[in-house]
Amino acid sequence: MYVIIAGAGKVGWNLARELLAKDHEVTLVESNRRRYLVVEQELEHAVQYGDATELWVLERAGIQRADLVIAVTGDDEDNMLICQVAKEKYLCQRIVARVNNPRNLQHFQLLGIRPAVSATDLILRLIEHEVPQYGLVQLLALEGERLEIIELEVVEGAPAAGKRVEEVELPEGSLIISVLRGGGGFVPKSDTVIEAGDEVLLILDPGLESSITPQFTTNGTSPTP
Amino acid sequence: MFILVVGAGRVGSAVAKRSLEQGHEVSVLDEDPLSHEQLDKDLSETWEDAGGRFTVGTALEVDALIEAGIEQADVFIASTNGDNTNLVIAQIAQKRFDVPRVVVRVLDPARAAWYAEQGLHTICPTQQAIEMVEQAAFGATA
Repeated sequence: MYVIIAGAGKVGWNLARELLAKDHEVTLVESNRRRYLVVEQELEHAVQYGDATELWVLERAGIQRADLVIAVTGDDEDNMLICQVAKEKYLCQRIVARVNNPRNLQHFQLLGIRPAVSATDLILRLIEHEVPQYGLVQLLALEGERLEIIELEVVEGAPAAGKRVEEVELPEGSLIISVLRGGGGFVPKSDTVIEAGDEVLLILDPGLESSITPQFTTNGTSPTP
Repeated sequence: MFILVVGAGRVGSAVAKRSLEQGHEVSVLDEDPLSHEQLDKDLSETWEDAGGRFTVGTALEVDALIEAGIEQADVFIASTNGDNTNLVIAQIAQKRFDVPRVVVRVLDPARAAWYAEQGLHTICPTQQAIEMVEQAAFGATA
C-alpha cells in the first residue's frame, strides 16, 4: 500500500515508522525545515520537505497513486483541507484525519472528512470505559458500516435483570454480543441469564440506544451520556 | 445588506470601512483585539460610533461566528491572513449557514483555481499581481 502522511510530529513520525516496518511504501511530508532535517536523518527519502496543503507538494509526493492519505499536522484547518483535496481532487480512496481540537470535529463532518480521529475523544472514551458513571458507554462507532458497539451496566431491578437473553426485549437491529461478569467476559447464548451488576456489550444500528437503555435501567430513568 | 468580514487586516478592514460608508450593516470578526485599530484608522470617530460591529474571536469557533452575526449575513468575506483558515470558514459559511454570497481570499493561485471550480468565489491577489506585472512588463499585447 502507498501511504502519504502529512505532518512529521510525534504522531506522523511514529506512524511512518510503523507502516514502513509493515512493508508499506510511505512518504511523510513536513513543512518545518528543522523538523524535516531531524526526521530525514532516520527516514531518508521517505520524508519530503514541503507544505502538504499545497497541491504541487502533494503531487510531488505522488498523491495520484496514493492508496491512503493521513493528515496528522497540528493544525485542524490543514488536516481538513489536505483530506478534502486528497478525496475530491485526487480521488484518493481512503483518508484519515487527526482532530486536534475536538470542537472542530463538526467542521470535519461538514466537509465530509471521515474518519476524523480525536485523541481527546479517544481518551475520554477510555475514561468512561474504566469509570462507567454514565451507565452507557459507546465503545466503537463504525460509521461507514452504520454499526455501533455500546456497553451497558445492568441495574438491580431492571427489566433485563434475571431474564434469559432471548427474553430481553430488544429492538430489531440490536444484539447482545458479550457479558462481562466477575472480572471476566463471555459470549452469551440465548438461554444465558442476565444478572444485575453485569455489564453487557451490544451491537446495534445507530440511534437505537434510547430504546435499549430502559431494559437495563429501572423505571425508565435511562442515563444519558 | 449585512456584511460579515472575518479578518481585519489591510484588505478586510478596508472593505469593511467602505461597505459601512456605502450604508451597509457591517460586522467584523478578528482574533486580535488590536486589529480594531485598523478599523478606527482614518475614521473621525470610533468604528462602533460610526455604526460598525466588532467581535473578538477565532473564526473556527461557531459561537464566535454566530455572535458576529453569520446567521443574518447576506455577504461573508473570508480575509484572514491564512489561506487554509479562509477556505475552511468560507465552506462553513456556505454549507452550514447558507450565506448567499461568500467571498474568500486565497493567496495560492493553484488552490484558488480549484476551489473556484468547486463553487467558491475565490479572489487570488497573487494571480492578479502576476497578470498585472506581466501586463506592465510586456504591455497590453501580452
